[in-house]
Amino acid sequence: MLRYFLGRLLTFIPTFIGVTLISFAFIRVLPGDPIIVMAGERGLTEERYQELSRQFGFDQPILLQFWDYLTGVLQGDLGQSYVTKKPVFDEFFTLFPATLELSVCAIILAIALGLPAGVIAAVYRGKFFDRALMSTALVGYSMPIFWWALLLIIVFSGNLGWTPVSGRIDLLYYFDNTTGFMLIDSLLSGQSGAFTSAVRHLILPTIVLATIPLAVIARQTRSAMLEVLSEDYIRTARAKGLSPTRINGLHALRNAMIPVITVIGLSVGTLLAGAILTETIFSWPGIGKWMVDSIFRRDYPVVQGGLLMIALMVMIVNLTVDLLYSLINPKIRHR
Amino acid sequence: MSDPTPLLRIRNLSVDFTTSSGLFRAVDGIDLDVASGELLAIVGESGSGKSVSMLAVMGLLPWTAKITADEITFDGTDLRNLSGPARRRLIGRDMAMIFQEPMSSLNPCFTIGFQLKEALRQHLGLNARDRHARAIELLEMVGMPDPERRLKAFPFQLSGGMNQRVMIAMAIACRPRLLIADEPTTALDVTIQAQILDLLTGLQNDTGMTLILITHDMGVVAETAERVCVQYAGQKVEDQPVIDLFDHPYHPYTAALLAALPERATERRLPTIPGTVPGAFDRPTGCLFSPRCRFADDTCRGTQPPVQPPALGRARCHYPIGATTPQKVTQ
Repeated sequence: MLRYFLGRLLTFIPTFIGVTLISFAFIRVLPGDPIIVMAGERGLTEERYQELSRQFGFDQPILLQFWDYLTGVLQGDLGQSYVTKKPVFDEFFTLFPATLELSVCAIILAIALGLPAGVIAAVYRGKFFDRALMSTALVGYSMPIFWWALLLIIVFSGNLGWTPVSGRIDLLYYFDNTTGFMLIDSLLSGQSGAFTSAVRHLILPTIVLATIPLAVIARQTRSAMLEVLSEDYIRTARAKGLSPTRINGLHALRNAMIPVITVIGLSVGTLLAGAILTETIFSWPGIGKWMVDSIFRRDYPVVQGGLLMIALMVMIVNLTVDLLYSLINPKIRHR
Repeated sequence: MSDPTPLLRIRNLSVDFTTSSGLFRAVDGIDLDVASGELLAIVGESGSGKSVSMLAVMGLLPWTAKITADEITFDGTDLRNLSGPARRRLIGRDMAMIFQEPMSSLNPCFTIGFQLKEALRQHLGLNARDRHARAIELLEMVGMPDPERRLKAFPFQLSGGMNQRVMIAMAIACRPRLLIADEPTTALDVTIQAQILDLLTGLQNDTGMTLILITHDMGVVAETAERVCVQYAGQKVEDQPVIDLFDHPYHPYTAALLAALPERATERRLPTIPGTVPGAFDRPTGCLFSPRCRFADDTCRGTQPPVQPPALGRARCHYPIGATTPQKVTQ
């Protein structure tokens, strides 16, 4: 088990270097020049341009620039933002909790609804619930997310006035950023109503972000369950006189979870990286919005470092999924 | 055989499967009486409906199957309209079944011990320590070496023969009165086959349970069974004590099956039965075996045969072999 874990950890190294290279190259391939963008409409003189180029190291050969960057990264230095002059590392960890909070809530919602829905659809295959659920899931999967978000805002924030339109908490409340997670900080602050306000702000973005994973998990659970339910060992379980709840919920689901876990892992990866749209719509101060802004500003260190950190998080999630696999599937554990 | 109160009594059992091309009749009007403590073999080719009829009795058929019967009673209980909970109290406790593929019949995600104890908890309500003791006792009964350690093993860590022993242990866990073994040795090595059959007949002797052995192997039948039912294309075509059947088969199909046994072959080349079992689209109007029967005439091809009396092996045939005068019984 430990060997398996360490072996998986070793594969991090080439992936990490690859991601570093790609993120470094990606932002430089884009047309545009950070110095020109920073100068804005006023423009700048040729001498000043050369001076800034030297300052940022753009006059060096590209390979040397990459080498400098790579050695920096290996020493835990992702560089400084051109715009804010703050270390990329610090900025990332200031903003990341917001994204993590939203993503975790979204994936919990997606699993909590998608898993049972998929199981029930498989057990009652071909019946009304199955058809209704699968059609809904298809709609959820293929719907443009920004449109769905706007629709929810119009109905629940606009017409009904039940939820706030944007942000993480009402401006009434102010407290220290202890953990960066609004749900926890609001509870720690002890201010009455702060936690409720944080929850109310979370509802719509969570629903929007959870929609696609929810649809994917429900469909994957259904198809995995259908396959497992036709297995011989399910007939054995029925021959033992076990209740349908136990057969479906324990004997079948345990086996069906193996492919479902894969899909959940992939969903978490896309959630972390793909929260961009949701964060932009709801003015959610997370890394998605930060990354988009930095790309527009051609803020090389932020884009490089941000991509790298997101990739690292996805890699950690994948590793966790692999470990979960071996917990669920004894065949892997005992190899 | 004509026990006034058989343990299992089936009258006119039919099973139809809904397929994309309409209904397919897998079991066609089967009558069967099984006495308490009997060892009955049901023999037939693949697709003769032998497994399906027993799965219907157990209530284990998929939802695409439509079961009709005039009577299915187990020890006086009508199984036809049993509610789900009532059936679950019965199967796994009084009626148990083991299957053809031991490797895939056990859940790969749970240990042998978990699956074995589950049956005990479900029906007997034993506490954890008693369950553990009984599980070890059961594994010893089925000849499993080192049972204490095996309880912690997963099915993929054991061989097919060992898994089948686990299946048998699970089936007999609650001391069933009827055990249905659906081709229990087909997927196993020849040497293991004999061990498993010995185990089953030994357990039947010790516990006095009724054993229904489904097989396509006449050799297995000769060695183990007391009485044989021969099935063909979903119908029962003959029903005799095993010695009488091997001595004197009345149905031409039984005779052809016996003639195809290597031990009985008189020539270098094994005799075979020409043709195949009829499918959904080429079902004959008369006797289902008539297209492959050496003795078939126009009556056989046009009219469904009657069931002959027990003295003629209950053969479903117009002209049972060796009937004193080849009389035509009209319905």
